[in-house]
Amino acid sequence: MAQKTIAGQSIDLNDEGYMVDASQWNREVASEMAKEGGIELTDKHYEVLDFLRAANEKGETLTIRRVGKSGIVDIKGLYKLFPGGPLKYSSKYAGIPKPASCI
Amino acid sequence: MANNESPLKKVCIICAKGTIEDVYATLVMANGAVMEGIEAKVFFTFFGLDAITKKQMNRIKTATVGNPAMRAPGGLPFPTILGIIPGVEAGVSAMMKSSMGKLDIPPVDEFLEMITAGGGEIYACKLGMDMFKLKKEDLWDEVKDVLTIGDFYGLCGGENTQIIFT
Repeated sequence: MAQKTIAGQSIDLNDEGYMVDASQWNREVASEMAKEGGIELTDKHYEVLDFLRAANEKGETLTIRRVGKSGIVDIKGLYKLFPGGPLKYSSKYAGIPKPASCI
Repeated sequence: MANNESPLKKVCIICAKGTIEDVYATLVMANGAVMEGIEAKVFFTFFGLDAITKKQMNRIKTATVGNPAMRAPGGLPFPTILGIIPGVEAGVSAMMKSSMGKLDIPPVDEFLEMITAGGGEIYACKLGMDMFKLKKEDLWDEVKDVLTIGDFYGLCGGENTQIIFT
């Protein structure tokens, strides 16, 4: 585990760069993390992040299919928002653990 | 955990069998690849063509005969002789699909859509199509092309590419 200052706050990250404590998350932190990954977050991105955070809080298993059926964005759109790792990167910027799912 | 120095860049998956387990192994690997940003190309041949044939794609089954790893619910033995009774194969397959549905594993057509949504490409084998007298219009609409194995190998070049046969 490592600590990193993101958007002026000290954030705990695991070895893969995922946030350990979801309560340390805010929009600025997400924005700066995403920028580092080459993504400029838009309202649509935040809608996905909010959905993931809410689902994670309820203890749901997250899959790309689940996000595709959220009504926020279809799967193709999700790939456009988070290229190269739709579920992986969106979870990272949502401050939730890396999804332990194969779908 | 991951090898960041030389990551996998492309997988080329060949599916030659049409049972639930073979087809889903292929679909899970292909979808898993595109979700990780790995290019995926899938070649369906012989009985695997069922997975991309409109009439058959959502009707694939698991073999209830000659499948020693298959057990009845609760882990009880499932003698092969039961597997030959009419309706058993359909019933077992329906049960498998229902337990997969609970894990959010989609039906074949939707799974293929998820793969192509992520940029994965689906191909059909020309020889297999000729054998089963299938035409392009019998296939799922998003099948990119009908190829010979040589054509498919032509798509499998590049460093850090793996060919997987299920």
